Amino acid sequence: MSLPGSPIKSMRTPLARVRSLGASHSGTSDFWRQRLTAVAMVLLMVPVIVVVMMLLGRNQAGAAQILGSAPIAIIMLLFIIASCWHMKIGMQVVIEDYIHGEKLKLASIMANNFFCIAVALASIYAILKLSSGV
Amino acid sequence: MALSIIHRVTGIALYVGTLLLAWWLIAAATGPAAYANVQAFTTSFIGRLIVFGYTWALMHHLLSGLRHLVWDLGYGFKANEREALTWGAAIGGISLTVLLWIVAYMIGGGR
Repeated sequence: MSLPGSPIKSMRTPLARVRSLGASHSGTSDFWRQRLTAVAMVLLMVPVIVVVMMLLGRNQAGAAQILGSAPIAIIMLLFIIASCWHMKIGMQVVIEDYIHGEKLKLASIMANNFFCIAVALASIYAILKLSSGV
Repeated sequence: MALSIIHRVTGIALYVGTLLLAWWLIAAATGPAAYANVQAFTTSFIGRLIVFGYTWALMHHLLSGLRHLVWDLGYGFKANEREALTWGAAIGGISLTVLLWIVAYMIGGGR
């Protein structure tokens, strides 16, 4: 693909370059997943608020017992997955809007992925550890 | 509209705030001493301020996001409808935050 103003001419037309998966290289999958995870969190919001209210003012033993129970652990796991996925896509949109240098943009998107996956896995690990009672 | 950028800013705040949530969950899975550290922070003045701000960011982003879902479905584009949705999200976000904290103090204070 030639850059605008480049002497090297591409055989591909502008339409061919953006056809199918488009300039993002991933089509509209992120657009869809952003909405999918948003609706998931709307549905999960009331249960999650109830869980947080149940935990208020309790010590570690009490909190661990509540978070380790199956229905609450599952609610928390669903919420962690939906929120981390949602924030990964959201931050990528912000990066793509404001960072224009290609290298810095790619590095930022990579860092964003690392952060979101690390937060998700750390939280999931904690819930699974509480559930298994180890 | 200013609310559009606030949706972004609250999104970024929630993004950073997940560190606090992850810390809290890991501490609960680690033991009493680690959990006491989290509680010492969240019950301090600055900690309460951060958690209060986090509650507002979450409630505002939720309602502002619902507004976007309404628009995605193709409704609410008339000028008066846009105004109503936007003000609804702004006022609703603050109201829900205050309501949740009143309930939290009633429940938490009783323990």
